[in-house]
Amino acid sequence: MPDLKLLEAEPTQAERDAIDAVAGVADPFSDRVARSRPRRHLLLPALRAAQRRVGWVTPGALGYASRRLEVPPADAYGVATFYALIALEERPAEVLHVCTDLSCKLAGAEVPPGAHPSPCLGLCERAPASMRTIAGPEPREEQIPPTSPLLPQTSGLKLLRRIAEGNDPESPPAEFAALERARELGPERVLELVKASPLLGRGGAAFPTGVKWEAVARQPAKPHYLVCNADESEPGTFKDRVLMEQDPFGLIESMAIAMYATGCEKGFVYVRAEYPLAHERLQHAIDVSGFDIELRIGAGAYVCGEETALFQSIEGYRGEPRNKPPFPVEVGLFGKPTVVNNVETLLNVPHILLEDDPRDTRLFCVSGNVARPGLYELELGTPLSELLELAGAEPPKAVLMGGAAGSFLRPDQLDLPLSFEGAREAGTTLGSGVVIVYGEDADLVDAVLRIAEFFRDESCGQCVPCRIGTVRQEEALHRLASGRTQGDEIAVLADLTQVMRDASICGLGQTAANAVDSAIHNLGVLA
Amino acid sequence: MKITIDGVTTDVQEGSTILDAARQMGIDTPTLCYGDTLTPVNVCRVCVVEVERSRALVPACSRKVEEGMVVHTDSERVRTSRRLVMELLGSAVDLSTAPEALAYIERYEAKPDRFGPDSLTVAQAVKVDNELYVRDYSKCILCYKCVEACGVDHQNTFAITVAGRGFGAHISTELDVPLPESACVYCGNCVAVCPTGALMAKSEFDLREAGEWREEEQAEVDTVCPYCGVGCNLTLHVQDDAIVKVTSPDDHDVTRGNLCIKGRFGYRYVQTRKPA
Amino acid sequence: MFGAGGGTSSYEETRAADLIVLWGSNAREAHPIWFHHALKAKNRGAKLIVVDPRRTPSAQWADLWLGLDVGTDIPLANAVAREILEAGFADIEFIGRATSGFEAFRESVQPWTLEEGERVTGVPADAIRELAHSYGSATNAQLCWTLGITEHHNAVDNVFALINLALLTGKVGKWGSGLQPLRGQNNVQGGGDMGAIPNKLPGGQDVADDAARAKFEAAWGASIPPNPGLHLSGMFEAMEHGELRAAYVVGENPAQGEADQARAERLLSGLDHLVVQDIFLTRTAQLADVVLPAAATLGEAEGTVTSSERRVQRVRKAYAAPGEARDDIEIVYELGRRLGHDLGSTKPEDVWNECRSLSPWHAGMTYARLEELGGIQWPCADESDPGALFLHGRLWDDVVEDRAPFQAVEHDPPVDALDDDFPLRLTTGRRLESYNTGVQSGGYSSPLHVGGTDILLSPADGERYGVADGGRVRIVSRRGAVETSARYDPDLRAGLAFMNLHFPDEVATNMLTIDATDPKSGTAEFKATAIRLEPVA
Repeated sequence: MPDLKLLEAEPTQAERDAIDAVAGVADPFSDRVARSRPRRHLLLPALRAAQRRVGWVTPGALGYASRRLEVPPADAYGVATFYALIALEERPAEVLHVCTDLSCKLAGAEVPPGAHPSPCLGLCERAPASMRTIAGPEPREEQIPPTSPLLPQTSGLKLLRRIAEGNDPESPPAEFAALERARELGPERVLELVKASPLLGRGGAAFPTGVKWEAVARQPAKPHYLVCNADESEPGTFKDRVLMEQDPFGLIESMAIAMYATGCEKGFVYVRAEYPLAHERLQHAIDVSGFDIELRIGAGAYVCGEETALFQSIEGYRGEPRNKPPFPVEVGLFGKPTVVNNVETLLNVPHILLEDDPRDTRLFCVSGNVARPGLYELELGTPLSELLELAGAEPPKAVLMGGAAGSFLRPDQLDLPLSFEGAREAGTTLGSGVVIVYGEDADLVDAVLRIAEFFRDESCGQCVPCRIGTVRQEEALHRLASGRTQGDEIAVLADLTQVMRDASICGLGQTAANAVDSAIHNLGVLA
Repeated sequence: MKITIDGVTTDVQEGSTILDAARQMGIDTPTLCYGDTLTPVNVCRVCVVEVERSRALVPACSRKVEEGMVVHTDSERVRTSRRLVMELLGSAVDLSTAPEALAYIERYEAKPDRFGPDSLTVAQAVKVDNELYVRDYSKCILCYKCVEACGVDHQNTFAITVAGRGFGAHISTELDVPLPESACVYCGNCVAVCPTGALMAKSEFDLREAGEWREEEQAEVDTVCPYCGVGCNLTLHVQDDAIVKVTSPDDHDVTRGNLCIKGRFGYRYVQTRKPA
Repeated sequence: MFGAGGGTSSYEETRAADLIVLWGSNAREAHPIWFHHALKAKNRGAKLIVVDPRRTPSAQWADLWLGLDVGTDIPLANAVAREILEAGFADIEFIGRATSGFEAFRESVQPWTLEEGERVTGVPADAIRELAHSYGSATNAQLCWTLGITEHHNAVDNVFALINLALLTGKVGKWGSGLQPLRGQNNVQGGGDMGAIPNKLPGGQDVADDAARAKFEAAWGASIPPNPGLHLSGMFEAMEHGELRAAYVVGENPAQGEADQARAERLLSGLDHLVVQDIFLTRTAQLADVVLPAAATLGEAEGTVTSSERRVQRVRKAYAAPGEARDDIEIVYELGRRLGHDLGSTKPEDVWNECRSLSPWHAGMTYARLEELGGIQWPCADESDPGALFLHGRLWDDVVEDRAPFQAVEHDPPVDALDDDFPLRLTTGRRLESYNTGVQSGGYSSPLHVGGTDILLSPADGERYGVADGGRVRIVSRRGAVETSARYDPDLRAGLAFMNLHFPDEVATNMLTIDATDPKSGTAEFKATAIRLEPVA
């Protein structure tokens, strides 16, 4: 352990117990022998445990976690202050987090006194939504409203079929048929099949999954890790939540297949903190099935959906994206070759091995001014208009594709085919499958300002273009919206768009001007 | 391996960065967060260059060269990003004691005031909480160098960190306590790497406040630390026959620019003597 | 060691090590920038093992810390040696080819089983085994020590015990492995190299060596006595017996820096004549008949100093010394002139070139080369020689003429024994921000000076002897007593207390320490004092 000057405040016994439950029992004290054993990767779980016990991370708890895990207190403080859901100031055991993001705004979200505004909680189909965190001896989180109709669509499903058929998410299947099949085929053949399939990553970057798997499988450095990126935080996205809540066994089976094929020693599934039911059901599925998979829970940081930021978070650091290259397939989690796949991507794999449905489908999260919000599954290439019809959309003034990092479409662009190429040609992106419908009465200026605020809030602060650029972008938009302009706002915004896109470290900064830019130039909002 | 920079093809050693290659060719690439003795964090983005077939610009300070790479260091795209980076920094941070940054503003014709008088800045009061060095975070560009020097790159004391996030990200001790309550050991290795004068020896700060800091008149004399037997090289900055600051050369293998509290601040005993 | 008074290795090798053993060294505080090199290794994956009675800031960094009883280094080293032999880590080929005295050494460590080691040192057997196996199996191992080894009445035996471990495993004389005594003062290495030790001429040449003496006598036109002089403790001994009646003290503060301070002051005061040459009017200078004000090394003098890795580096003048203060060379030469001897040019470079002409270690080190290369590590035979990263490469020659001797050494506990009247072991050491008797480090203000005069106690001892955390306490040894504040240090074990020597004007720790001195090195046992605590109301 470094020569730490430790925080003098002492933890309470309750905090001590909560942190020890994560860090393990301390070695018996010896005044003759000591061994340094840093375990920084447990920092975020320890802080989370302390906060869930008493409602906030007290100086005593911060110091105790530092001491137990041998993390310098300043570093622990830096990590704690990075995550929006870690509180370093005293607050009540019960806190209400009210979503004020795009879909919930459309549904008239309001933050009552004492409640905290929150970015998208991933409950867009039940907007307006909120979450209550309840600290104590038996801590819990409540999603509000607690439930919604399961699936608005009942036919033509592939990934969602089991859910539509009413599987029991808490009972393991009779057999893991696809995993059995993988074991019969052997890792090489599994890699070949995945490579031969058209499967592209569903997290937004659309990278061929088989190529990624093979790259890791071939790395001589050991161990290899699998990380399932379930930090679904793009405003308007909730597909991974539904999959994890309703088909947790399907996900961990898919992870087990990926680990088998790529020679991974261990798997991690990193789920955002706002998904308590998913945590519960995944942990249960992991416990029951015995796979070497660890559930890690975020703490409120959109940027941790960026794969290298996610690694940093698991390792106990601030979720600041790393520079690439080197790419995760070479230098990933704990510096080792790592496969990172999104939940939806992984759930495609069993179908490839079982050859039970050759269609290449895609999940879409539809919310906003529609009659039947929810999760839809369509074959790639289906026209957007068909999806809007299925969901019972009002005649839209605009549609936001891909979330805050995506772009707005005009009513005359709605016949675009929902495919990677189709989206690209229309100058937009499928991204994480977000489709937010803005009806005639929707306030688009409000939406644009919210998007600018979102990126300013969620910028990690590491690089100059994003840290300061997102602030200047929001300031310029407010000047436009309020009419107190300097006259050059559009030029300023164009410059900001360019520098953020060109010179930011990660996708967050690179896309932080996308939706704003499309609102101005495609819709003519604030133009 | 062969790479082409600004139309000139050259041989560079494998493992070197674009910045190394550009320097080798005599191309002056601006840097702020880069330090010769530090791991590149590539956060300031002022060194970005255009690499053909790369979607975004790439940081020259950390991107390793690849065979056949074609690089443009002065294209319109590059100049725009560098100008914007300096405009953004200049609009938020007091760069008055950051000569390199001021030079880049001029070089790229950046206009930091274009964002208007109501732009959010990091302006705040100077932190003077000890006699050895002061912290003026209204001058902080968040280059991470001090955190790296205090951390694994050099000192491994970890007294400071980046806390908060987004525009609120800032350099901090644990719970923002003053230095004397923190883990700081006053080696001043953070001061040594700070490119903007946000971290400054108290001796320099006081002279500047009094209007008596005259850098152009100062002599720099290299010698060896008078304390323990490690043999650290000191550079004495001398004004009016008195030591006003002590640094250590980056390129000396013993210290790599680093000192301990005694070497950097323990010189005053020679100045407490008065002629009889 | 083995005839050359310098560490065998380099900082560069420290960075490349896969094992660093710090034995009786708190380098994190006492040699902070050396510790940077060690941390480079550690952050790269090297193992760090620290042997120290206290869990020091250095020990906090260790993969393994062994908290032995003060003064049990030889038992621990011997137990490690025996385990290395038992486990088959000894380099038998190297021992046979390059060393002597192995059989006697092997015999001497036989009684030191792990269990016996545990019984005598207090360190659990499995930790001793881990140290032995780590050292035995490492490829590049640096064994480093400081005053925790040498400030004992059997200092030289302690050093031998560590050298034995390197010989046993062949971890010396080759790139990457070696022995590093970290030097406490900026030129203690250079002073010794220049002959400022009783038995050496410049360049490690022995005064008993007729040929070496003849060379110097020819150059200096004077005769040199073949008998070694006295080291500092020997001088005090001679003062006690009336054999030494006058002293010329240059840049030392023995009135506060010596163990058993009351005795040191008494003896210095009783001299017929005392001359002190210093940059301050130190306590010693206050006792002097003549004070010669000197220029400081820092900023006011030209010359060279030599570091722990034998690196000779230039010291440079930045401005004139204040008042009548003069450069040490000028003062000594002026003294010579007034005594009727012309010692030659006082230009530092000329003095240095004279050294180069007489010391083969330094022959190739011109000022120009020292400047160009950023210092040179001796030996440096001529102007094409880059200097030596490590010493004793000859031990790996096919035929070794001058074999490195094992030295069987026996446990000899501290002289100041614990008993019912003096039940606590007081040990001493340095703090990061301070230095020696504080003459230099007292000159600047630092938040780290806070608490510097405290005695550190384990909470258990504090409670047992009725001394509160922050309370006043009188500390009594067999030689004297001092009063100060107590502070609880949870990293200290019961029975062990800690003080430093940096603030003698406020707390004269050396009133307590014992001048039990190693006959070979002349170092006193600052590390082991028997004390008792008396709470002060």
